[in-house]
Amino acid sequence: MKVSVAPERRAQLRALGLVAPLLIFIGVTFIAPLATMLTRSVHDPVVADALPETLALLEAWDGTGTPPEAVYAAAARELERATAERTVGQVAGRVNRVQGGLRSVVTGTARDLGDIGQGPWREAMTAIDEAWADPATWHAIRTTGERFTARHYLNAVDLQRLPDGSVASQPEERRIYLRLFLRTLMVSGVITLLCLLLGYPIAHLIARAPPHRANLLLVLVLVPFWTSLLVRTTAWIVLLQTQGVLNDILVAMGLVSDDGRLAMVYNMTGTIVAMTHVLLPFMVLPLYSVMRGIPATHMNAAASLGATPLQAFLRVYWPQSLPGVGAGALLVFILAIGYYITPALVGGSDGQLISNMIAYHMQTSLNWGLAAALGGVLLAGVLVLYALYDRLVGVERMGLG
Amino acid sequence: MRLPPTSIVPALLAAVSVAACGSDAPRSITTVSWGGSYGRAVNEGANIPFTEATGIRIEIEDYNGGLAQIRAQVDIGDIHWDVVDLEIADAVRGCDEGLLEPIDVNSLPAGADGTPAAEDFVAEGRTECGVGNLYWSTVYAYNDENIPGTKPATMADFFDLEAFPGRRGMRRVPQVNLEFALIADGVPLDQVYATLDTPEGLDRAFAVLETIRDEVIWWEAGAQPPQMLADGEVIMSTAYNGRIFNAQVLENQPFVIVWDGQLLDVGQVGIVAGTPRLAEALEYVAFSTSAESMARIARRISYSPMRRSGMPLVTTHVVAGVEMEPHMPASPANSARALRYDWSWWVDHQDELNERFSAWLAR
Repeated sequence: MKVSVAPERRAQLRALGLVAPLLIFIGVTFIAPLATMLTRSVHDPVVADALPETLALLEAWDGTGTPPEAVYAAAARELERATAERTVGQVAGRVNRVQGGLRSVVTGTARDLGDIGQGPWREAMTAIDEAWADPATWHAIRTTGERFTARHYLNAVDLQRLPDGSVASQPEERRIYLRLFLRTLMVSGVITLLCLLLGYPIAHLIARAPPHRANLLLVLVLVPFWTSLLVRTTAWIVLLQTQGVLNDILVAMGLVSDDGRLAMVYNMTGTIVAMTHVLLPFMVLPLYSVMRGIPATHMNAAASLGATPLQAFLRVYWPQSLPGVGAGALLVFILAIGYYITPALVGGSDGQLISNMIAYHMQTSLNWGLAAALGGVLLAGVLVLYALYDRLVGVERMGLG
Repeated sequence: MRLPPTSIVPALLAAVSVAACGSDAPRSITTVSWGGSYGRAVNEGANIPFTEATGIRIEIEDYNGGLAQIRAQVDIGDIHWDVVDLEIADAVRGCDEGLLEPIDVNSLPAGADGTPAAEDFVAEGRTECGVGNLYWSTVYAYNDENIPGTKPATMADFFDLEAFPGRRGMRRVPQVNLEFALIADGVPLDQVYATLDTPEGLDRAFAVLETIRDEVIWWEAGAQPPQMLADGEVIMSTAYNGRIFNAQVLENQPFVIVWDGQLLDVGQVGIVAGTPRLAEALEYVAFSTSAESMARIARRISYSPMRRSGMPLVTTHVVAGVEMEPHMPASPANSARALRYDWSWWVDHQDELNERFSAWLAR
């Protein structure tokens, strides 16, 4: 027995060695970024690192009136240091997100403080900008000073922390994310359904066609799949716009008047049409590969036992194709939920999805904490749906053929 | 694929010479700009002459603005961008956050007429880390063929659905649109930002936008407005003036720019903090923001130089041969009713207004 353990372990190690590159690859390109992102959504040390003394002194402040002189003195000293280390912009940006308008107050004060040698700092800072006499400014600094914070997640679901510590809704005109989440889920659901309705007959046709014709049909499915996403999206704009091909045909046929041309792009219709087309191959391919494995004789057998075509389909064919339906639907849904180029181009005012806001916070506002929190909420949502799917259908039944 | 023999020989020679150089590779930097017709103008007007003059090769990359990529490179410490063409708000923000190198104006060359650089640049042209290159502008334009009879001439006309029925194109961002709305509503140019700074002023701007919102098609990329105007998808659209100029002059589109109430903005060139190629990057910034380079770029796209001595050098378009002056956003005739973009106000209010604007759109 002892002799046989060593080769067994060696074999195990060798197997591990063979999959190691893949594990490392997944770790570096998937798990690590995901972990960093989720960390960023709750951990934000910039202000805490830049203004440690100010924040410690603010702890004792009761939140009404202006804080004591010692707080001003510490803030002046630390802001000056932040200017020298060139981190003041990051501090200012974070404070500004809690209270709009404070960015220039913080950077401007930090710049002007260099010319003032000594206190009293309360007067000096208030003279530079009156905002320093406003308790709201100090609340904003205290809020952003939390090293570990839930404010990005609160923000991501349209909530905010009030100065007294309670949680409340954002003001009406700033409530946007929950609505976008719901819209994203709804649009993705509709697209998945449309893809299924369109893709199922196509996949069935390809699976049942003789080999040479099946190949041709497959190529027809794959050619758009290989074409640039931007080209396909732009093509839909050309087809659907008010002066576009489809409207021209409808007008020529007399179905709509020249003044009553339909608005089919730059709105939700455009988003759904273009995204359904873009994602259709992801539905057809898994369906096709599963359907190819269903013997044609099953339907004949059902018919010979007296089933009507509809009964035969519902009780014999459909259950066997379910793994493909599950795989295709999950694939399309998850891709649709994170899509953003197509909605950005054809979405118009009501076609924007949550991914567009994530991109905005990543690229433009540099609020990576909020972007990460929005991504985190989206991820949680997808995981919940996945668990639900597993409960209802069973993941082990999902198949790619 | 078979290459003709004549092209193989130089290719082989190039390959051999690169291999032979080895460690002593030619100096090169990466410059990042906005691509499209503007990117081409910068390449022909500044990059190619720079390589000819200094021997420093240039790798070009395109981006769509924002500081995200610069911040990622500086955070990780692996910097492969050297010089970036920036919006002024990003140049200031990037400077505050330590993402850009400070640039001393005295290290820049004197103007074409010998004026020291500090005086040659217009005042708004320099920031601590950014060197101004060109004025550009957001205007609105219409397709002459699609508006018979009276033509729109003022900013108020853009918001006047009764006189000019039809769809309008606007960029899907709060900035520029809120300013245009207030200008159209009769707010004097010097009061626009003071008005926006009050809650009532903001409500007023949104209320004006509300009057046309059902007729607006929102665009994202600068290439969309000329396309939508040409297709007749919209009867007028806000747009970057250079894009409309290109369509007018190079594609003979019957577009007309309405300069009334235009929003004049300035472009900046900055250097990514901590680049190991700082000397070369500084050399490039000095070269590409010289009066001569600005003028060469401005003869390819209608963005005005930000050096006083550069303006007289801008004569005619290099291909079309038209006089550039009438197309320039900063020319006296066109800028008579121009609003200067207040980037510092927007840096303060961008986040909250973007949320408010998105919420308003989604309603």
